[in-house]
Amino acid sequence: MSTTTLSPPPLGAAPVTPIRPPSPVRPRDFGMKDAALLALSALSALALVWVVFYQLTLLSGAFGFLVCWYAVFLAMYWLASAQMVDRMAASDRVVTVAVVTGAAVVIGLLLFVVLWVSFKAVPHFSWHLLTKDQKFFQILGPHALSSVGVAHAVVGTLEQVGMAALIGVPVAVATAVFLNEVGGRGTRLVRTVVTAMSGTPSVIAGVFIYSILIINHVLGYSGFAAALALFVLLLPLVTRTTEEVLRVVPSGLREASLALGASEWRTVWSVVLPTARSGVITAVLLGVARAAGETAPLLFTAFGSQVMNYNVFSHPQGALPLVVWSNVRQAEPVLVTLAFEAAFVLLVIVLVLFVAARVLGRTRTRGRRRGRTGNGRLFHRNAQPVPIDLPIDIGGNYR
Amino acid sequence: MTMSASTLISPPTPPSAQPGTGAASLDARGVHAWFSGRLVLEGVDLTMERSSVTALIGPSGCGKSTFLRILNRMHEVVPGAQLAGTVALDGVDIYGPGQRAADTRRHIGMVFQKPNPFPAMSIADNVLSGLRFSRISPADRDAVVEEMLVKAGLWKEVKDRLGELGGALSGGQQQRLCIARALAVRPRVLLMDEPCSALDPTSTRRIEETIRDIADEVTVVIVTHNMQQAQRVSRHCAFFLAEENQPGRVVESASTTDIFTNPVDPRTEDYVHGRFG
Repeated sequence: MSTTTLSPPPLGAAPVTPIRPPSPVRPRDFGMKDAALLALSALSALALVWVVFYQLTLLSGAFGFLVCWYAVFLAMYWLASAQMVDRMAASDRVVTVAVVTGAAVVIGLLLFVVLWVSFKAVPHFSWHLLTKDQKFFQILGPHALSSVGVAHAVVGTLEQVGMAALIGVPVAVATAVFLNEVGGRGTRLVRTVVTAMSGTPSVIAGVFIYSILIINHVLGYSGFAAALALFVLLLPLVTRTTEEVLRVVPSGLREASLALGASEWRTVWSVVLPTARSGVITAVLLGVARAAGETAPLLFTAFGSQVMNYNVFSHPQGALPLVVWSNVRQAEPVLVTLAFEAAFVLLVIVLVLFVAARVLGRTRTRGRRRGRTGNGRLFHRNAQPVPIDLPIDIGGNYR
Repeated sequence: MTMSASTLISPPTPPSAQPGTGAASLDARGVHAWFSGRLVLEGVDLTMERSSVTALIGPSGCGKSTFLRILNRMHEVVPGAQLAGTVALDGVDIYGPGQRAADTRRHIGMVFQKPNPFPAMSIADNVLSGLRFSRISPADRDAVVEEMLVKAGLWKEVKDRLGELGGALSGGQQQRLCIARALAVRPRVLLMDEPCSALDPTSTRRIEETIRDIADEVTVVIVTHNMQQAQRVSRHCAFFLAEENQPGRVVESASTTDIFTNPVDPRTEDYVHGRFG
């Protein structure tokens, strides 16, 4: 700090020279020194582990090396920080590094998957892939890829997932409202059942529909049978996330609504759900995105098809995950490419759903100033009541 | 009680069918309250006169808020809450047969301790929310919004940003928005549960002004821990007290002047002079 700011201004006269404001500092900034410490810790850990791992012991393998390197690096970093600052700061820094590593691994894996699929798919992508089916597939020929497409699978996936969402989302939201708003007897039972259901392996959902409906000739192989299987998977997922979102709606809002003479369903419809709107939309679209990627439940319900079938209610139907599953193992490069194209299209569909979740979830109000409210954060810095969003955006996507 | 009996004999005209207008009196008789079987409030008889401000004072946990919530049937929203006694709104028992809680709450509005505007609604929609819940669409929405915000003393501050979300206001403004919202359904009684306890002195003063302004057209019952506030805004006072392991009771109820200058019960005198509680 410059001392000029602290000296009293001259008495009886305006200061002749304007006082220079002190240069702003952020005490917790991560400076060059800290970066160097981090890099040197990593380097010395690399050297140490290389000597011990490959030279002094008979260990081998890249994965083991990486794990050891990381562990030694953390230890080194702690020791160095403890020497240079103090022990408490050292622990803080090591935990920070560990947490950041976790986040980086997640983002890295995600980017890797997306980029790798794009890398395989984009060079061969052309729009006819979205208009043709696999009817005219031929193994040989330089233009083998130009005669086929995944349009049948796109239509199948959209119809099956759309149908599953059409049945599943109202039921799921209603169940969540029952669990959180109505309550009373049966809540625990329903919650237990829903929780148990959310642990159902997805193949079981397919087997369930297959053995109940298809074997008994209630339904044939069809997109609708697939939609029912996806419904079984989507229901608990959307129910649980929606319930979580509804739970964080402050009870004061329900009381305020009731005290204004609103009935209970009116309170749910006009206050609780709109308050939780962006969270509910996120929950729904995450469930739908999840259902869109399921393969196992489709195997013996939609069954898969090489040709376009618009009718969701009869005859086998293709689906993007099924195209991936059946083609990626084939020996024909054309089919493998087709599998990657299907995977790419699936990724794009899921991406569109995520973006839609964010856009739709945004509260629209006339003349609203951005940034003050509704920025998707659950706990606002100023503790203002803001529209409730899902605490973690992808929270519903985990099993 | 006698009046509620007469409504049973005469053709049933619950207040919901023919809502009276203007301020109404509230008459509580023999009100008891339980939470999960534990008696917390015993034998409260209290008359809240038309167009007056009644303050409920007393130490924490003496049942003031519970009593207030019984007055508009918000008590029964709490799981495990039970009650006994009658509450007559202009002579009609709100707990009588055929009375619907939602209709009662429309006539007897409430402002809570913590400001709770609806965060997903704009300021204007917050004001109109009660009407919307009752499926009433006023001919001139803007006029209603302005009238209510003026009454709540908030109009000048928000007239240029009525489309902003209710949560974008400061705490004191939010509380005045809640008052505007409660007034928009034109209640006959307004209950206020420590409306200023979370607010700064300036906001508190604004709300007290609002209370004085609206007292002509709506009967106000206010719970407060602030003795000066009770003296400033109320005409009548009821002192609640729960002695050790006893349910809360009304020790004394009288005009505010008497309670503060000439109390009958020594416990009242001790409390209003800050000797306990």
